[in-house]
Amino acid sequence: MTATATRTDFAVRSGGTRQLAGTTTLLRFALRRDRLMIPVWVGVNALMILSMPNTLENLYGSPADRAELVRDTAANASFRALIGPVFDDSIGALTAWRVGVYAGALAAVVSLLLVVRHTRDEEESGRQELVASGMVGRRASLTAALLTAAVANAVLALLVTVGLAGQGAAGALAFGLGLAGVGMAFATLAAIVAQFTESARLARGLTAGLLGAAFVLRAAGDSASDDGSSALTWVSPLGWLSNLRAFADERWWVLLLFAAAALVQGVVAYELAGRRDVGMSFLPARPGPAFGRLGTAGALAWRLQRGSVLGWSIGFFLAGVVYGGLTDGVADLVGDNENAREVFQRMGGQSGLTDAFLASMVGMMGLIAALYVVGSVLRLHGEETSMRAEPVLANAVGRLRWAAGHLVIAFAGAGLIMLLAGLGFAAGYGKQVGPILGACLVQLPAVWVVGGLAVLLYGVLPRAAMAAWGVAGAVLLIGWVGPALDVPQAVLDLSPFGHLPKLPGGGMEWGTVVVLLGLAVVLTAAGLAGLRRRDMTT
Amino acid sequence: MTKAITVSGLHKSFGTTHALDGLDLDVEAGEVHGFLGPNGAGKSTTIRVLLGLLRADSGGAQVLGRDPWADAVEVHRRIAYVPGDVTLWRNLSGGEVIDLYGRLRGGLDARRRAELIERFELDPTKKGRTYSKGNRQKVALVAAFASDVDLLILDEPTSGLDPLMEEVFQRCVEEERDRGRTILLSSHILSEVEELCDRVSIIRKGRTVESGSLADLRHLTRTSVTAELAGPPNGLSHLPGVHDLAIQSTERGQGHRVRLQVDTDKLDAVLRSLSESGVRSLTSTPPTLEELFLRHYQDDVREGATAR
Repeated sequence: MTATATRTDFAVRSGGTRQLAGTTTLLRFALRRDRLMIPVWVGVNALMILSMPNTLENLYGSPADRAELVRDTAANASFRALIGPVFDDSIGALTAWRVGVYAGALAAVVSLLLVVRHTRDEEESGRQELVASGMVGRRASLTAALLTAAVANAVLALLVTVGLAGQGAAGALAFGLGLAGVGMAFATLAAIVAQFTESARLARGLTAGLLGAAFVLRAAGDSASDDGSSALTWVSPLGWLSNLRAFADERWWVLLLFAAAALVQGVVAYELAGRRDVGMSFLPARPGPAFGRLGTAGALAWRLQRGSVLGWSIGFFLAGVVYGGLTDGVADLVGDNENAREVFQRMGGQSGLTDAFLASMVGMMGLIAALYVVGSVLRLHGEETSMRAEPVLANAVGRLRWAAGHLVIAFAGAGLIMLLAGLGFAAGYGKQVGPILGACLVQLPAVWVVGGLAVLLYGVLPRAAMAAWGVAGAVLLIGWVGPALDVPQAVLDLSPFGHLPKLPGGGMEWGTVVVLLGLAVVLTAAGLAGLRRRDMTT
Repeated sequence: MTKAITVSGLHKSFGTTHALDGLDLDVEAGEVHGFLGPNGAGKSTTIRVLLGLLRADSGGAQVLGRDPWADAVEVHRRIAYVPGDVTLWRNLSGGEVIDLYGRLRGGLDARRRAELIERFELDPTKKGRTYSKGNRQKVALVAAFASDVDLLILDEPTSGLDPLMEEVFQRCVEEERDRGRTILLSSHILSEVEELCDRVSIIRKGRTVESGSLADLRHLTRTSVTAELAGPPNGLSHLPGVHDLAIQSTERGQGHRVRLQVDTDKLDAVLRSLSESGVRSLTSTPPTLEELFLRHYQDDVREGATAR
C-alpha cells in the first residue's frame, strides 16, 4: 500500500514547469510563517560570528600571542577535535576557526528544522492534502521548503560576508558561502530523511543525529591530523567548512563539494518524493497492539515523551564522554594563555584549569538542558492546541494530574540527562567522579527555573507559551556569548545560570541553590494555579 | 424525573464575541436530547462548559447534579465525550486509545468493546495518523459506548461516518437509551435527530430559541396549504398567522389558486375562510423537520441581510 512505485510515464513527462506550479506562492507563504523564526535564528548565529573578532582582539591582541595560539593548537589533538585545525594567525582566520564548526552546526540545525517543518510536518498534519489539491505542482512543496532554507542561509552568508569584510573580503565571502553550504547540505539531507518517516519529530531527530555523526567524524579526523587532511574530516560537511580555509589562502574549489552534495541529495529527495504517495513514507507506521495497557494520564505522558527522553539521554551521555575525554589536553593548551584562562574562569571554574574547563563544559550542558526542559514542558501546550488534551480532560482526569504527568518528565528528565552527562564526563575523564556529578546536578536549579518560567507562561498566558523558547534562547545566548563579550553584569545576572556556584573547583553556595529551587517551585506553582483557573484553548 | 443536565442563563464571552448569551438547556435523565443550531451558534462552547473545560462568565450549569467546573473529575467519572473532530496520537494504536479512555472513565466493558469493534468494523491495531476521519470517530465512539458511564455527550459524532456506520451508530444510541443512559447529541443530520431524539433544543446566537419534543415543535411551526377555490378568496390576508400568501387566477378566470403558509395552531380559521369560497381541491403539508430547522437557521441570514 505504502509508497508504491506507480509513477506513470505520463506524470513524468508532463512538463517541468508544471511540477513547480505554485512554488512562488508557497515560498512566500512559508517565509511569512517563518517571519520570526528565520530572523531570530539567523540573527543569533550572525551575532555569535560577528562578535568573535572583537573577542579575539581582546584575548590575543598581539601577533605574537596569536602565533603562539596557532602553534599550540596545531600540537593539541584535543583542541583540534573540539574546534578544528587552525590555518593562519590573522583575526579573520582565527574567527573562522573558533566559530566555524558551531556556526555551521547551527546553520544546519536551522536548515533541517525549516525543511522538515515545510514538508513532513505539513503532510503529517494533513494540511499538505489541502495545499496539494490547489494549483500546486507535485514538486512545488519540496522546492518551496528548500528555497526557504536557501533564503535563510543566503541571509546568513550575506551578513557574514559584509560583517567580516574588514578582515578580508575574499575570506569573508568564502566563510559566508561555506556556512550557507553546510546549511544547504543539511537542508537537502533533511529533505531525504523526511521521505522516510511518517513523523516530523522522527525526521528532525534522525537528521540531527546525522549532524551529530558529521561532528564526530570531523572531530575524529581533526584529532588525527593537524591540517584537516584526514579522510574522516573530508566525509563531513563540517570538515569541508574548515578545509575551505577561509582567510587563509582560500581553497575555493571546496565550495563545489557543498554544491555537489546539495545537488545529489536534492535529486535523490525529489526522486524519492516522486515515488511515494502524499502523507505516506518509505518506513510506514507498523500496526500497534489491539489492546492497550495505558491507564493513567501519567502513563500516557511517559509514552508520549519517552522517545525524546531516551534521545536526550544518549546525546548527553555521549557529549559527556567526548568532552570528558578532551579535558586534559584542552587544559594544557589554555594554560598557556592568560586571557583565555580568564575567559574560561569567567564562564566556569575558579581555580585550576582542568576544573575551569570542566566547569564551563558542564555549564554548557546545563544551558542545553534548559532547551530540553522547555520542549518537554511545552508538550502540554502541544497536546492542548492539537485538541488531544480535550478528550483526555473530559475523562476523570484533573488538569493538575494531567499536567503533572508531563511536568514530572520535564523536571525529573532534566535531572536524568544531567546525571548521565556527569557519568559521561566521569567516564571520559576518568577522575573526580564525585565532584563532576555534583557539578552537573548543581545546574538543575537553574534548569528548573527556566522550566518553571515555561510552566508559568503556559499556565497564565497560553497564547504566549512559545515565548518560553525565547527565554531558553536568551539564557543560552547570555551563557555562551556573555562571558566572552564584556556584557554588563546586570545582563549576566538575568540568567539563573549566572548565579550558580562554579563547580568543580569553586565553593558550593547552598544559599543560591536554595533560592533558585524556591524560585522554580514558585514559578511552577503559579503556572499550575493559572492553568487550573483558565479556559482550555478551543 | 431527575435532570441529567441543567443549564440556565449561561453567558460566555471570548474577547468581544458573545459565544453564549443566556443559554438554557434541560436534559432529563434517561432521554436522548438533540442539540441543534447553525454553525457558530454556541453548541461546542456549551459542551465545553458542561465538560468543565471552559468556565462560564455567569449563569448556572449542573451536570449529574454537580458543578462541572468545581467537581470536574467526579462528574467526568460518569461521562463519556466524543468530540466532532477526533485527534489521536500518532504512535498509539486505536485499541490503546480505547482502553486508555475507558480506564480514565469509570471502566470499560470488555465484551461490549469487542462487540462494538466488530460492529463498527474498526481495526484497533492501526495507529493514529493512519486512520481516516470516520475511523478516528469510530475509535472515540467505541470508547464511549463501551465505557461504564451514565451520560454520553456526543458533539457531531457522525460527521465522518458512512450511511451503514451511521445506522450502527443509531442502533447503539438506542441501546444506550434502553439501558437508561442519558445522551446529549449535537448534530446537523436531521434524520438522525428525528429518529433518535426524545426532545430537542435549538440554539441560535448563544441563546435557546426552542426546546421541547418534536411534536411540540411541529405544532409551533407553519403548515403549507395549497387550495383551488371556486370563488375569490375573502379576507385571507387579514387572518392572523397567515404568511407568504399568493393568489392566482386560474385559466378560465373564475377559479383561484391560493398558496399560503399558516401557523399550525391557526389552521382552523384559514380552512373555514377557504371553505366559504368553495374548495375544489386542497393539499395541506405538515412542516418537515427541515423546515422547522431552516426557519430558525435562516433567521440568522435574514437578520444579517436587514442589518446590512
